[in-house]
Amino acid sequence: MNTNSSPASRRFGRQRLKGLIGKEFLQIRRDPSSLAIAFLMPVFLLLLFGYGVSLDARHIPVGLIVEKPTPEAASFTAAFEHSAYFEPMPFADMRAAEQALQLRTINAIIRLRGNFSRTLFSPRSAPIQVIVDGVDANTARLISGYIQGVWNQWLIHQAEARGRALDRPVVLEYRIWFNSAVRSRNFLVPGLIAVIMTLIGALLTAMVVAREWERGTMEALIATPVSVLEVLLGKLIPYYILGMGGMLLSIAMAVFLFKVPLVGSFWVLLVAGTLFLLVALGMGLVISIVAKNQFVAGQAAIIVTFLPAFILSGFIFDIDSMPPAIQAFTYLVAARYFVAILQTVFLAGNVWGVILPNLAVLLFMAVLFFALAARRAPRRLE
Amino acid sequence: MWNRIIALLIKEFLALIKDKKSRFVLIGPPIIQLLVFGYAATFDLNRIPIAVYNEDRSLASRDLAAAFTGAPAFEEVARIDHHEQIAPLIDNKKVLLVLHIGQHFSRNLLKREPAAVQVLIDGRDSNTALLALNYVQTIVAAFNLDWAQTHHLALPPAQLKIRAWFNPNLESQWFVVPGIVGLLTLVVTITVTALSIAREREQGTFDQLLVTPLTPVEILIGKALPGFVIGLIEASFIVVMAVAWFKVPLLGSLTALYLGIVLYLFAIIGIGLMISSLAVTQQQGLLGAFLFIVPAVILSGFATPIANMPPLVQDLTLINPMRYFMIIVRSVFLEGVPAKPLIP
Repeated sequence: MNTNSSPASRRFGRQRLKGLIGKEFLQIRRDPSSLAIAFLMPVFLLLLFGYGVSLDARHIPVGLIVEKPTPEAASFTAAFEHSAYFEPMPFADMRAAEQALQLRTINAIIRLRGNFSRTLFSPRSAPIQVIVDGVDANTARLISGYIQGVWNQWLIHQAEARGRALDRPVVLEYRIWFNSAVRSRNFLVPGLIAVIMTLIGALLTAMVVAREWERGTMEALIATPVSVLEVLLGKLIPYYILGMGGMLLSIAMAVFLFKVPLVGSFWVLLVAGTLFLLVALGMGLVISIVAKNQFVAGQAAIIVTFLPAFILSGFIFDIDSMPPAIQAFTYLVAARYFVAILQTVFLAGNVWGVILPNLAVLLFMAVLFFALAARRAPRRLE
Repeated sequence: MWNRIIALLIKEFLALIKDKKSRFVLIGPPIIQLLVFGYAATFDLNRIPIAVYNEDRSLASRDLAAAFTGAPAFEEVARIDHHEQIAPLIDNKKVLLVLHIGQHFSRNLLKREPAAVQVLIDGRDSNTALLALNYVQTIVAAFNLDWAQTHHLALPPAQLKIRAWFNPNLESQWFVVPGIVGLLTLVVTITVTALSIAREREQGTFDQLLVTPLTPVEILIGKALPGFVIGLIEASFIVVMAVAWFKVPLLGSLTALYLGIVLYLFAIIGIGLMISSLAVTQQQGLLGAFLFIVPAVILSGFATPIANMPPLVQDLTLINPMRYFMIIVRSVFLEGVPAKPLIP
């Protein structure tokens, strides 16, 4: 790396580098909060997200109003009782159900009117009134989808019981690839690894270099014969090791604890992880060099690295659905590329058409941030 | 006593504001975050890339395909002629969904036999996959109803009439933006208070504070007030933006909202000061703040429903102040709740 120096000084440089790395590890040992970020944080976040974040609704409480009990109405209620998605609660009238909806004890109201059985199979067809709580739009949509599913199954059964085919012009058949059980954990946990590594890489390095400035020890470092490159490497290597440790831990937890299938190759993950970690470390370095103050560096690291990794990476929110201006912005977010690789390698396998372009961008970003860090790195005091 | 507190307060504000970068950190990010969250944090599907593989080039199949490509949720980015083209498109994330209409589609349809349509969905993002499936089901149901009516077939024996209350068009923004009031207030207030004592300790100025005539209570009040003032300003700013910029309806009473904000601020400032008093360095302070903020946000129902969590985790959310504030802010905004039922 140190191409323009003579062999003798390079050997010297290696010794200095070792010293710097040793110093950094000592510092990590003394203030255990760095170790906590690297090892406790992944465990903590994975547990939190793995168990706390779920988009799969189960046992949704719904209010059922049957205005006139008939065999058909009873079979309709039974269909909801047998569904794993719903927990129906009977209500006597609309007033009581509306109150329950407002108090959030139920998420939806399904009402079978008095003429339900009479109009069923009549040419006019029987209306079933459904009201869902729309405050959480996503859940409301999923619930109406599940209600449609139960209704559809019930219709088929009813038609069969009466010995007549159901007139359905178009029949939908669907298959969901890569995650046929549609477990949201399978999609969230791999993406989470990108968020965790952003945190380790950027937040940790940003705070560490800013601390040297704030305490004035950076000035002491500059006064020693170490070069800029050695200072940067001395900061990077220890945190690279910490970051990779955090990543291995996360992968192990994803596979063994959360039972996320790892279809693709572990080595592809490792290569992608290394490149992404370098980008994150590079960003952290640039932030700390610009900020020179722990409060600002910490805030900046959260805002320019952690939040985008969380919101704009496709980890939880679908990028294709965002407005075009924000979509364009997501191309600047390194985590976006890593999340695409992680989700693909975990669930779909080694799809090179996804992996290679994303790896190329990560490589470019890593080079860019290191060039920036090396250029902005302080050579002398102001 | 009040003079001393005011002096400390002025000093605290100066410490935060005198540095250009710290000042920016307090003002810039909330605006950026509000815009990014408001627009990006959505579970609505817009212009999802899809491909159509239509083997049956009839009027009916073209109508059905047009119902898909014309929907605002979908955008056709590729047309498929061979079966082999399907897998690479989905594998490489070029499309999320492939609609496959078989050769015999219109023949079966006209013979009044079930005409099958196949839909393949990329399940890597399970939530998007489920939502896309819902849209597909709605489109097919509408097509069926339309076909039955124009061809004088029997309607399905029973029909669902679904309506959504409080948010009739199911706009995610109406759900997310009020939540941001709670989120950003939490982030800013906690970081300001959590770092305030830790910074003094690290720089050694805390000892100087102790030898001044200030009593510990006065120091605490002086440390708490800046966070309170900043949190209040920030929350008000976001409420104004939510109504004026994002056009989220504010149906409830402002009194109820502000009562909620003030109590919420008291709760989180208490937590911030506790973190601050435990931390010796700013790094530890920030870490502590972080360790509180992330679970508080996740377990508040801000993005994903609390009801989906395992029972044990649901019990855990009961100790989270943000959980209660989320309910208050959303009820006031969307349901127009007066002050009374929010007391719990």
